[in-house]
Amino acid sequence: MRTRHRTAKAATGLAALLVLAGGVVGCGDDDDAPAQAAQAEMPFDVATAGHVQGMVMFEGTPPPPVSLDMSSEPECDDHWNGQTQREEVAVQDGHLANVFVYVKEGLEDLTFPTPQQAVVIDQVGCAYTPHVSGVMPGQTLTLRNSDPVMHNVNASPQVNRPFNFSQPAQNMETNRTFTSPEVMIPLRCDVHGWMQAYVGVVAHPYHAATAQAGTFDLSELPPGDYVIEAWHPRLGTQEEQVTVETGQTAEVSFTFTEAMLATAVVPLGDPIDPHDHHSHVHHVAPTGRTR
Amino acid sequence: MAAVSNPVPRSLGRVLGLVAFGVLVLALRPPPAAGQTTQLDRGREVYDRWCASCHGFEGDGLGPAAAWMLPRPRDFTRGLYQIRTTAGGAIPTDDDIMRVINEGMPGTTMPGWEGQLGRGDREAVLAYLKSFYPPFETLAAPEPLDFGRTPRASPERIEEGREFYQSIECWQCHGDEGRGDGPSAPELEDDWGYPIRALDLTENWRFNGGETVEDIYRRLRTGLDGTPMPAFQDLVDAGFMTDDQLWNLAHFVRSLAPEQRPRVREVIRADRREPGELPASVDAEDWSEVEAFWFPLVGQIIVPPRWFEPAVHGVWVQALHDGQEIAFRISWSDRSQSPDPRWMEWQERFLEVMEPREAGEVEPEARPDQFVLQFPPTIPEGMDRPYFLMGRGGDPVYQWRWRSDQDGAEPANAHGIDDIRPLDGRIEADARWEEGRWRLLLRRSLEPTGTGDRLHFETGVSIPIAFFAWDGDHGEDGARGAISSWYYVHLLEEPPPSVYVSPLVAFVLTGGLGLFVISRAQRRERRPSEAGEGHELAGSADTDDRPRTTDGTDASMGPEADLGRP
Repeated sequence: MRTRHRTAKAATGLAALLVLAGGVVGCGDDDDAPAQAAQAEMPFDVATAGHVQGMVMFEGTPPPPVSLDMSSEPECDDHWNGQTQREEVAVQDGHLANVFVYVKEGLEDLTFPTPQQAVVIDQVGCAYTPHVSGVMPGQTLTLRNSDPVMHNVNASPQVNRPFNFSQPAQNMETNRTFTSPEVMIPLRCDVHGWMQAYVGVVAHPYHAATAQAGTFDLSELPPGDYVIEAWHPRLGTQEEQVTVETGQTAEVSFTFTEAMLATAVVPLGDPIDPHDHHSHVHHVAPTGRTR
Repeated sequence: MAAVSNPVPRSLGRVLGLVAFGVLVLALRPPPAAGQTTQLDRGREVYDRWCASCHGFEGDGLGPAAAWMLPRPRDFTRGLYQIRTTAGGAIPTDDDIMRVINEGMPGTTMPGWEGQLGRGDREAVLAYLKSFYPPFETLAAPEPLDFGRTPRASPERIEEGREFYQSIECWQCHGDEGRGDGPSAPELEDDWGYPIRALDLTENWRFNGGETVEDIYRRLRTGLDGTPMPAFQDLVDAGFMTDDQLWNLAHFVRSLAPEQRPRVREVIRADRREPGELPASVDAEDWSEVEAFWFPLVGQIIVPPRWFEPAVHGVWVQALHDGQEIAFRISWSDRSQSPDPRWMEWQERFLEVMEPREAGEVEPEARPDQFVLQFPPTIPEGMDRPYFLMGRGGDPVYQWRWRSDQDGAEPANAHGIDDIRPLDGRIEADARWEEGRWRLLLRRSLEPTGTGDRLHFETGVSIPIAFFAWDGDHGEDGARGAISSWYYVHLLEEPPPSVYVSPLVAFVLTGGLGLFVISRAQRRERRPSEAGEGHELAGSADTDDRPRTTDGTDASMGPEADLGRP
């Protein structure tokens, strides 16, 4: 399966993060995923486990937030008291939220049980909460619509099969699963073009999305050497190597910079570059689409 | 007879023998694995020849011609197929893919291949298409859904369907009256990031999965993978609506389009009204009684800059005259009253992805909608007509040009698509945009109204007419627009009452003649000696009456026959 890439520019229209004045966005149910998984039979001796903790930083000036026009949906507008701002890069005191952090290499030989608990993405005020989340293959992903307005949820993966359903009534819930690892799968609402979310599917429970403080926590890893990747919808990816030792907590930090806004390549099921009409005989990574 | 037909069975026998030999050869061929490869080879050969220029040699939808098309040709590498009998997100069955290969996709550039390629070639292409998406081999075999029986349409069902259309907010994209003009429509994009239009539900002959209520129901159940159109199976599963109610929605959607697909007729019939009784406005009630004629429009692809994806695909035209003036009412679907700032984003995205750019980049701009009604400068003798694409130097056409940002319409002579010479004279216009549709009334005296304006609309002859439409928010202007070929408008000579009176006159005359003949015959029976005289009299009565009867019939039927209506 080929992988398409998008540049940071290409992600502009997709990286919708709603920041309510004083609100919290980002951190999902993923942080305690390892704990859930541990309830089932883990493929290693948990007593030998170590931990990875870390922080994702941002250097420079993030792009200014964009105000969204939600006047077409008064209920959503009211939800935010009219304060609807989209931050493509959510930074607080140099800490970067909405980064998907996961173990990219080092766990290939182990098979982890599928968590019984569903990961929930809610639609509140015409925004996805959380904006970034992760599931394991086969784990239930629940899409909830807490809005009194109609949303559709359109997932367009490259590896997994897609889905696109409608939730016309408040409090509807719809469950889906993905079968294969894939980082990341974009979700969108076609009715409200600003609504975007990202789901990472990884074959183990060691994944997390950074909270507003930019922190993440991958606990109870088997001892060993790992490659950790940090993925951001606008800034692309970074990798760090880390060694986990029994009973120890390894620290890992990532730093994204303002300069990456222009150059970053974000692995994703990306739209084909519409400008690049003729050079697709070979699967060249497109140069991105500007909007 | 038998001797003549003998050679046929003999040669038939030879053919059968050859076929038997062929079957034997096929049976003795290498094992199935190699056969599979052979089919893929054949599929590749056919695909590369007929499909790759649009769908790309690697099946990625990026063939050399792709950038001229919207929607883009499908990218087969992601295994997403819109027209399926399987659940949303599932792979299609072979039959699903074969249906699209056979029938094509109306409303897109995809033609049907059933009459073009042999069955073997089509099956080979199908196998080759699937090879672009390897999971076809590993995923569980797709199961077609059970769509049950179609419930009969009824006003109640359609009404309940309308309520669901409202409550599940189909209008968000498709608009209140289904013309694809909903509030979310300008922002829609497909899974590849290309702009995509919400379908105009009033033109069901352009539905890519078919025009019937069954087709519509299936699209509702399964969604159109790769597009913003969701599958509603989940709503049925969740008990939000029943399967029967989903059928009602399908019936409602079907009811938005005409019962019959509009036929293209060559001639618009302009009925004659009493003097001063032409409808004064575009939404006058009178128009509802006037027959509407449909004409297809296509992109202007003759002179650069060519335009392959026009916004307007057809116009409905009505015409009336009153012996002094002629009035046309033209209606067409247009998703916006251009320029509409909400559609600027659409225009930017659309212009960004479309080829060719023969006149350089087309800048997104606030452009008006436009419409042109075109005639020859004078009624031509015989079949001679000026060049339909706005005439040529020295051989112009006469046009009524309307723009949504100006009152009235302007007469002009066009000596070519880029040589428009305004005339003085007066064309009245009344236009209204509502719910994704323009309705435009254009009206002029039958006599020319200015210098250089020479067209006298005569009754009883067929006058050439052609149509052009531009959607400003679609980036259209000048050569970038939708065009038609020449058709005709025929102004009826007789005022309409004759249509109803003449048959009555004919009936009375025929009845009277019958009575006359019978009474003559009865009198003749009573007076056998006058038989010869009686025949003569009956004959003369016949010749006296028949021409009048024929006249009456001609007055009502003649023009209709001239119209060439099927």
